[in-house]
Amino acid sequence: MKVLVSVKRVPDPYAKISPNAAGTDINRDGLQMAVNPFDEIALEEAIRLKEAGHATEVVAVSIGGAECQEQLRTALAMGADRAILVQIDEPLDAPSVAKILAAVFRREQPSLMLMGKQAIDMDENQVGQMLAAMLDLPQATFASKITLENGGATVERETDNGIETIRVPLPAIITADLRLNEPRYVALTGIVRARSKPLETITPADLGVQTRARVRLTQVEAPPARKAGKRVSDVHELVRLLREEARVI
Amino acid sequence: MKILIVAETDGGRISEKTLPAIAFAQQKAPDNFTILTIGDNLQGVESLTNYGAQAVLTVNHPALAKPLAERYAPVVAHYAQQLGADAIVATTTTFSRDLLARVAGLLDAPMLSDIIALESAHGKLVAKRPIYSANLIGTFEVEGSPVVMTVRGPAWGKPEPQGAPSPVQNAEAPASIPTRSEWLSLQGGSGGRPDLTQARVVVSGGRPLKDPETFEKYIGGLADALGGAVGATRAAVDAGIAPNELQVGQTGKTVAPELYIAVAVSGSVQHLAGMKDSKVIVAINTDPEAPIFQIADYGLVADLYQVVPELTELLKNSRG
Repeated sequence: MKVLVSVKRVPDPYAKISPNAAGTDINRDGLQMAVNPFDEIALEEAIRLKEAGHATEVVAVSIGGAECQEQLRTALAMGADRAILVQIDEPLDAPSVAKILAAVFRREQPSLMLMGKQAIDMDENQVGQMLAAMLDLPQATFASKITLENGGATVERETDNGIETIRVPLPAIITADLRLNEPRYVALTGIVRARSKPLETITPADLGVQTRARVRLTQVEAPPARKAGKRVSDVHELVRLLREEARVI
Repeated sequence: MKILIVAETDGGRISEKTLPAIAFAQQKAPDNFTILTIGDNLQGVESLTNYGAQAVLTVNHPALAKPLAERYAPVVAHYAQQLGADAIVATTTTFSRDLLARVAGLLDAPMLSDIIALESAHGKLVAKRPIYSANLIGTFEVEGSPVVMTVRGPAWGKPEPQGAPSPVQNAEAPASIPTRSEWLSLQGGSGGRPDLTQARVVVSGGRPLKDPETFEKYIGGLADALGGAVGATRAAVDAGIAPNELQVGQTGKTVAPELYIAVAVSGSVQHLAGMKDSKVIVAINTDPEAPIFQIADYGLVADLYQVVPELTELLKNSRG
């Protein structure tokens, strides 16, 4: 069984993010980039499926400029068998990304596609569900546990109302939430081995896909700052202020 | 603009989480919105008839008894097309994130997630929404119709009751509902406390609360004294002290209650992303340098084991 995993290049989750001078994007000077943490969890899950004997091949795919090779090398170092970069330099919206991934899916014919539930840059949480719709496949989003058996996946999902368990037949699209697993650290041997693993570069045209972003980011600004208030000395003062000044109790 | 609102349901009952989406529609298309409810033997549909919707459509079918996106999405897509909706809208929740993005995929429609503002300029819709864990606000232009949107609950509030009640109309489910996905179970529940995203008061606890019993005793006790809901940090959830569905923050829930009390919460960027729009924030922490104090309206540097019981007692006594 083949597992396809998508990997997005995003700013490092611990980097300080600020608007650029023109307020049109974030300031990217010297910004450290990383694999989207939710995609890293999806990739870890795919590698574990291979280690457990469920999967035979793990293929990582990224979409973006040539610099995304860096994140695909990380994926290969973690344990993916090969990687595909769909190279495109213009900005994409979620339906465009889903269309490109759908074309990669059709070409690769995996039994399972794993991906992060959202990317930590735009926080949209859309692509997995759009992809599932475009491919007419079942979806299981926000997965915190995946069990494969009898040609299907039983998935525990993190919902606002608690942990929901659903079952989907394969092939399916599953998106990873935070608690699915803890991704491994990349070992030096993995980095060395990754250099000799195949990384193919193709274009959307090679896949027969044309894209045009209909959602465009035009402005980036800091939200209104919240000011620090006052320190209180004890609970009596706190209750008095909440009652008389803030009037919330 | 004609809006189709997708009501949140668990398949059997309407959720009040639908309300901010209705408030959004009242502002953006006051006389031109319809509410779609989906489930099986749905209860509480009439609760949505007081807000000026042209109609409340209700689709009941045994295959729709549980909220599976794969089954619900074709129903939403069908009625969006039939009504000629320009916008398909729901309040941001895990239900709507799962469902509406699939609807967008079915309709090949652009989508805006979790919007906090929407205007029309030069024939295009222009929306604002939090990006980068709510560290920044992005402005997005979108073209095309329909546009799928989820709206951030705290930004839109509650709808105003209107005069004439909206008619409830039974609507047919589309002929073929895909039934590949199966719903098995749901574990969780707020234990009789108000819903975290709807509560007027939220009391949240962090990792220092040690274990589930301590967490429930101190955080749950204070929340109950205020009639509030309980929240938790990611660290507390990861440590098994609090259940997952209580997590407030980037990957958990976004809340904006009138009063948010953060107990032994350091104030990571990810946690702040989920609660910094609260009206009044109180922080109780032993560490005077904790980042939470930088955004708190009232800060108390103290040991929670001493002051939380004091505060709980004081509130109980003054209430009675």
